Amino acid sequence: MIRIMRRHPALCLGAMLCGLALVLGAIGPVVIGGDPSAQDLYHVLQPPSWTHPCGTDAFGRDIFLRLIYGLRLTMYEVVVSTACAAGIGIPLGLFSAMAPSWLDRAIMGLSDMAFAFPGLVLALLIVSLLGPGLFHALLAIAAFSIPIYTRLARNLTHALRHATYIEALQVLGASRARILFRHMLRNIAAPVLVQITLGAGTVVLSAASLSFLGLGAQPPMPEWGTMMSDGRNVLGAAFWPCLFPGLAIALAVIGLNCLGDGLREALDARSEQS
Amino acid sequence: MTGVARRVTTLLVVMLFVSAVVFVAIHSLPGDPARLMAGPQAPRSVIDALHARLGLDEPLSAQYVHFLKRALSGDFGLSLRDGTPVGAAIAQRLPYSLLLGGLSYVLAIVIGVPGGTLAAVRVGQWPDHLLMAATLVGASLAGFWVALLGMEIFAVRLHWLPLMGAGDWRHYILPVMVLALMPAALILRMTRTGMRDVLRQDYIRTARAKGLPPAIVLTRHALRNAMVPVVTVICLNLGGLISGAVVTETVFDWPGIGRLLIDAVRYRDYPMIQGITLLSILGVLGANLVAEILIAWLDPRTRGN
Repeated sequence: MIRIMRRHPALCLGAMLCGLALVLGAIGPVVIGGDPSAQDLYHVLQPPSWTHPCGTDAFGRDIFLRLIYGLRLTMYEVVVSTACAAGIGIPLGLFSAMAPSWLDRAIMGLSDMAFAFPGLVLALLIVSLLGPGLFHALLAIAAFSIPIYTRLARNLTHALRHATYIEALQVLGASRARILFRHMLRNIAAPVLVQITLGAGTVVLSAASLSFLGLGAQPPMPEWGTMMSDGRNVLGAAFWPCLFPGLAIALAVIGLNCLGDGLREALDARSEQS
Repeated sequence: MTGVARRVTTLLVVMLFVSAVVFVAIHSLPGDPARLMAGPQAPRSVIDALHARLGLDEPLSAQYVHFLKRALSGDFGLSLRDGTPVGAAIAQRLPYSLLLGGLSYVLAIVIGVPGGTLAAVRVGQWPDHLLMAATLVGASLAGFWVALLGMEIFAVRLHWLPLMGAGDWRHYILPVMVLALMPAALILRMTRTGMRDVLRQDYIRTARAKGLPPAIVLTRHALRNAMVPVVTVICLNLGGLISGAVVTETVFDWPGIGRLLIDAVRYRDYPMIQGITLLSILGVLGANLVAEILIAWLDPRTRGN
């Protein structure tokens, strides 16, 4: 255990931060209790203190409590957006790698075209078509993430296509679906897992950005980006309504990026040599 | 040269296809742009006149062809918000965004390339660990958070810098630094990776063996080849820079394209959204093209195909 920690400090830091986030998100609201939307207009913009560890916002709401509830929203964002992006992107990539070459080229050409959109611009286009809202923002984020998974899964599978054990399976008469989902998917799982972890960090940042711009989660939801958008209005009078949600975003994304980088190092045999 | 011609053709085909997708997506929306423009109380005759003027009576394919023809001459239609030409609004805002983005890239390169070289030379030692940790944090921070903290500290408390808007050089400092954060981290990482790969090669050992000072080996021999992945990441990250600029410009109330886009999305000003989206895609595709040409120039081995 200690050996793993010394060898992969990033992995451990990432696992710790993500683990802490999971535990806090799961039991935090139950243990602490209270209503994240409860206003207390006698105690607005209180600086951080023992009763309000992160202070209160312009409506007297406890920022710490809102951050803990916001953690659940963040987890929801990551799960929904990643499930959509990876759930569509990876099967599409697997299919593309095994499809006839004209179809493969067509699918890859389409994903190249999707790459021509700057991520946030595509998200803004989709949000403007669907209308603002957290769920629509998550779909928009998934939309620009799909081609990343498609290309990754397709290239990894394509490289495996002529591996001896895959050809042996074909000779033995295994069905194409069985080869794809039982054997190939398992062999490309490591890099895909790394991408999912790093992609989750992008989801958190993008969802917070869209919410901050007022196009994702809407007030009074305790979404971290929305909270910073509220905090922006009282900047100058109070800095904590901005400081702590941003710190929460930073810690979550640092955790996910550390976990992703660490997993890549730990799973990638090549980096052992250098 | 034929390679460049072929790539330009590919770019045009992709642009044509993407513009059709954007056009159809926007025009398949429920709701009537003429009704939006004229307002809810406008009489039927006004709406009909607007329909005829905007060409909305025609089938979608014909509308698209008209749109393409006008777009090629720089006419992207009229803003639904105030009726001004989209092209003129973009042209007026574009210099601010180009300057902001360009300065950010310069800053990112000035930080990233020497920093990455230092990390590669000192691999596994404390400068490397420190710089890698810094890039990890730099790439994980929300740009708008850094922007708000910077505004709070340097504008509100210390009064060193203006709070927002564009004006003299002091207005540029905070937005440029915020926007440079992400590309600086990326460029630093790519320089480190590229440098490490190059420094292992035989010709570097030869250069060192013949007694050249380490600084000359690094700048004359290693840097050019190490720049290949860096040029790639600089050009291919233009989309990321545009995404960052949208948020940064909104926070700093910067009169650029990003602000224009956010305002357009809030008002559902579709001609404006369409114009800015297509322009940004053209920018990304153009940057990809530049990347390929630059890499062919830096690394003659890639010129064959």
